[in-house]
Amino acid sequence: MRDIAFGQYYPSNSILHRLDPRSKILLLVAFIVLVFCTVNYVSLALVVFSVFAVVLLSKVPLRLYFKSLKMIVVIVLITSALNLFYGTGEPVFEWGIIKITLAGINNAIFIAVRILSLILISSTLTFTTSPNDLTDALERLMKPLSIFKVKVHEIAMMMTIALRFVPLLLEETDKIMAAQKARGADMESGSLVQRIKALIPVLIPLFVSAFRRAYELAVAMECRCYQGGEGRTRMKILKMKAKDYVSIFVVIILIVGVVLCNVYLPQTVR
Amino acid sequence: MSAIKVENLCCTYSPKTPFERHAVKNVSFEIKKGDFVGLIGHTGSGKSTLVQMLNGLIKPTSGDVYIDDVNLWENPKEIREFRFKVGLVFQYPEYQLFEETVYKDIAFGPSNMGLSEEEIRERVFRAAKFVGLDYKLLNKSPFDLSGGEKRRAAIAGVIAMDPQVLILDEPTAGLDPVGRNVLLSQISQYQKSRNNTVILVSHSMEDVARVTNKVMVMNKGELKMFDDTKKVFSNARELTQMGLRVPQITKVVESLRSRGVNLPDDILTVDRAVYEITELLKKEGKL
Repeated sequence: MRDIAFGQYYPSNSILHRLDPRSKILLLVAFIVLVFCTVNYVSLALVVFSVFAVVLLSKVPLRLYFKSLKMIVVIVLITSALNLFYGTGEPVFEWGIIKITLAGINNAIFIAVRILSLILISSTLTFTTSPNDLTDALERLMKPLSIFKVKVHEIAMMMTIALRFVPLLLEETDKIMAAQKARGADMESGSLVQRIKALIPVLIPLFVSAFRRAYELAVAMECRCYQGGEGRTRMKILKMKAKDYVSIFVVIILIVGVVLCNVYLPQTVR
Repeated sequence: MSAIKVENLCCTYSPKTPFERHAVKNVSFEIKKGDFVGLIGHTGSGKSTLVQMLNGLIKPTSGDVYIDDVNLWENPKEIREFRFKVGLVFQYPEYQLFEETVYKDIAFGPSNMGLSEEEIRERVFRAAKFVGLDYKLLNKSPFDLSGGEKRRAAIAGVIAMDPQVLILDEPTAGLDPVGRNVLLSQISQYQKSRNNTVILVSHSMEDVARVTNKVMVMNKGELKMFDDTKKVFSNARELTQMGLRVPQITKVVESLRSRGVNLPDDILTVDRAVYEITELLKKEGKL
């Protein structure tokens, strides 16, 4: 259960770890848009190259990246297989009703590479940014929304708590599973229905304990007079530094590069 | 015949990574049928890993576990059978309750064994009696019980499987003093009446001294001592070095002895100390 790599913070001291989390979030958004703007192999290669550069810069073991890719490999295969058959134009391969066109092949390759880069680049964010920094940055970035009466601090607080509870609940699940197995619960064999039924002895105690923890946390917060974002100061104040501006500048160059490739080179996919 | 035999047992978490950790190192021992064994050790000494290897919840990295002279991992598909033979009650077992009624929850283990309705019924009532759970509570929801009652119900859920070996991980943690004493006596009675093997993992030296006849001491994943309870607690200094201690009353008696009071050196419980001291006073004509 604890093998879930996606979204895990990996402490290290790379340049990416030291970037301001706000700039990391903005750069991630820029990257995601960029990945889907690529229309030919040159711009795609440009993006893939920079994704790899970012991955290597993060100083996070590649093993962890592979782990997070492993989880979505099925989705990638299915979507790219579907795209393979939905191309228009001259078929390069025909077998009964199955027609594969050059456009279809291009589409399949593009969608696969796009999803994989997407996962890699967003894993980089979660690997290099601690959950606390992440929510902190989100809170700051969402600040302008408070003019529309959006409770930004509360949302950020809920996200912090949710993230904090993920490892706790995983640990709890492990414990409860072990306890029920000790009473002879069989979770590894049987039909699908039997397996789903076998989860009930795990899920009910898990829910009960999640509610209990939530309640205890609420009481503990009230005991410390927690009252939301108003008038609250921060221990760590986020500050943009030279390396943040440099990285933003690099990404802007990348965006320009992709746009130029898109405009001056022939389109491969729409 | 040995109820449990363990040979060169090792368990390594996350092997071949920077997070590699040896939880249990080269542990060997043999527990006879009918022994009441206390397992003590500092937090993180490998006690929990060790007991989970005894019923096959954790597969040892190397080494063998024998229950009734049968190798636990000889046939991995049959591992579930050993979980019925070696009943393990986890720490804070009340968090595993899930059924609509206490009766159904206690019956969860026995019905996993595939027993008949009547047999299950008999076992549930017997287990409830062993832990001192009122029959009236059996039709209630386990979530309506008090903390102590929940604990009893959860322990009954394991006892109902009628295991040959019962392992309890800190069964008295978080209970009030009266609840502790009562539960401990009930476990002790259960052990005596069935002549089963019981392993009690505990941080309370007083509890261990009161009910066990043998004690295992774990330190940093290694088995440091395994001997009669009295002999283990006569090594006060070594125990202290491992972050453990001897029962308070043993310390008191020890300092009395060093002041020349003629008391035996194997006193582990307050009751025994009271008895020995009154005997001594009577003999000296002061009482």
